[in-house]
Amino acid sequence: MTINNSTAKKLKDDFPIFKNNKNLVYLDNAATTQKPKVVIEKIKEFYENSNANASRGIYSLAEKATEEYEKARKIAADFIDASSEEIIFTKNATDSINSIAYSLESAIPNGRDEILLTEMEHHSNLIPWQQLAKRKNMKLRFIKIKSDFTLDMEDAKSKITEKTAIVSFVHVSNALGTLNDAKAIANLAKTKNAFSIIDATQSVPHMKVDVKNIDCDFLVFSSHKMLGPAGIGILYGKKELLEKIPPFSFGGGMIKSVSYENAEFAELPEKFEAGTQNIADASALGEAIRYLEKIGIENISSWEKQLLGYALEKLKKMKGVEIYNPGIENSSGIISFNIKGIHPHDAASLFDSFGIAVRAGHHCCMPLMKKLGLQGTIRISFYLYNAFEDIDKLIEAIKKIKEKFGK
Amino acid sequence: MTDENFPSEMYREHILELYKSPENCGELKNATHRHTETNASCGDEITMQLVVNGGKIADVKFCGSGCVMSVVSSSMLSSKIKGMKVEDAKKLSREDIIKMLKINVNAGRIKCVVLPLYAVKNALK
Repeated sequence: MTINNSTAKKLKDDFPIFKNNKNLVYLDNAATTQKPKVVIEKIKEFYENSNANASRGIYSLAEKATEEYEKARKIAADFIDASSEEIIFTKNATDSINSIAYSLESAIPNGRDEILLTEMEHHSNLIPWQQLAKRKNMKLRFIKIKSDFTLDMEDAKSKITEKTAIVSFVHVSNALGTLNDAKAIANLAKTKNAFSIIDATQSVPHMKVDVKNIDCDFLVFSSHKMLGPAGIGILYGKKELLEKIPPFSFGGGMIKSVSYENAEFAELPEKFEAGTQNIADASALGEAIRYLEKIGIENISSWEKQLLGYALEKLKKMKGVEIYNPGIENSSGIISFNIKGIHPHDAASLFDSFGIAVRAGHHCCMPLMKKLGLQGTIRISFYLYNAFEDIDKLIEAIKKIKEKFGK
Repeated sequence: MTDENFPSEMYREHILELYKSPENCGELKNATHRHTETNASCGDEITMQLVVNGGKIADVKFCGSGCVMSVVSSSMLSSKIKGMKVEDAKKLSREDIIKMLKINVNAGRIKCVVLPLYAVKNALK
């Protein structure tokens, strides 16, 4: 279904939050998205009809729970063109990255002592690698950002070498909106036999991401940023790699056989899923993906581009508004900006008095903010249910804030 | 659009006036105690400078950069503790700061208003 301004406004009806918060202008989708009724209902429905421990019991209710859980895995796999055994359920993208940072530790070949990230990483794709670097005495390197807020691909080429063990990078920057060329970077890593890991938290919910086409080794994302519940996330890994590396969490459900001294681990994907899993939220994530697919991820992408273009054009015309965005061609539906003379936190409180939800601060990118010489920014981020009117209200509010507070 | 709540309870006239021309703002060269406190979530940085004499805070100034809430709180707190016994200043709490501001501070902004309090407490450590 193609989205236009009137269908976008209609989509709001699918989300109870907008019914219960009449004047809400929600522009903080990069932080978390709202949930459609079908997703909320799915959680309730699971606990009321299918609740049992998955992959364990042999009674029919347990089989029903297992079926729900595995159905969700298949839906997630199909969504990114992976196979079911390549999909590991985690808590969220952060959990996925932490896990992989532990599992890869023993797989790093001798003589490769560099971990390459970009200067625009979220803390979630920085700190786990800092810790690995400390444990293994490795060196962290960073692909530079150019003055237009895009990634310096020449710098990427020069920094991916025979010394590089891991290239872990963000697909879409949560702070700047920059869309990186995932395929090109993954390919550079591949030619030098380095592991490639993609933080796709801000891309998978908004655009077609095909792991086969990108040809990356690992890719992570969170459910709560794509209409699903919090507390569930995905770690995708290439089958042959997941088979090779050791699990990072041990206990029930991830074993074939156990003696007092030893254990043989289960096959994929159970090998990486120790303990009782978050079955209800996994099945609700499946429902969220179905909802996205019904509308069509490409349709969502193109609507968000329209919103991005509309907002950029209006913001650019405003005096005293400084924008930090790589431009419509290189950006997802995220815009960071500042209003001259007004602290981002004050701005966020003032927007809130108009019912407008925006994010303000460093967006979990403290090194990036420091590099750009910013204390923080105001960030707006779109999703399928946003309409031009949401942006109009934001612009109106900026005018009033400037009038009252501009120095 | 509705703007009956604008600019929100926090940004009342007395707050905005003080933000535009804060009291006790500047360098205190003869400070005996000083401490810089930063708010990691927004990069705000407030330095409190104190002259302590005979167990009393004889003079106070603050410098740094911050949002309306942290600047106003720094200014008011400086006035409040000038002449105060060190022991009393050490006992000041979050609640005292909120009472001092005479506004309802949103939960998300508590960190901003207590920034100078921690700067004072750490300076007096």
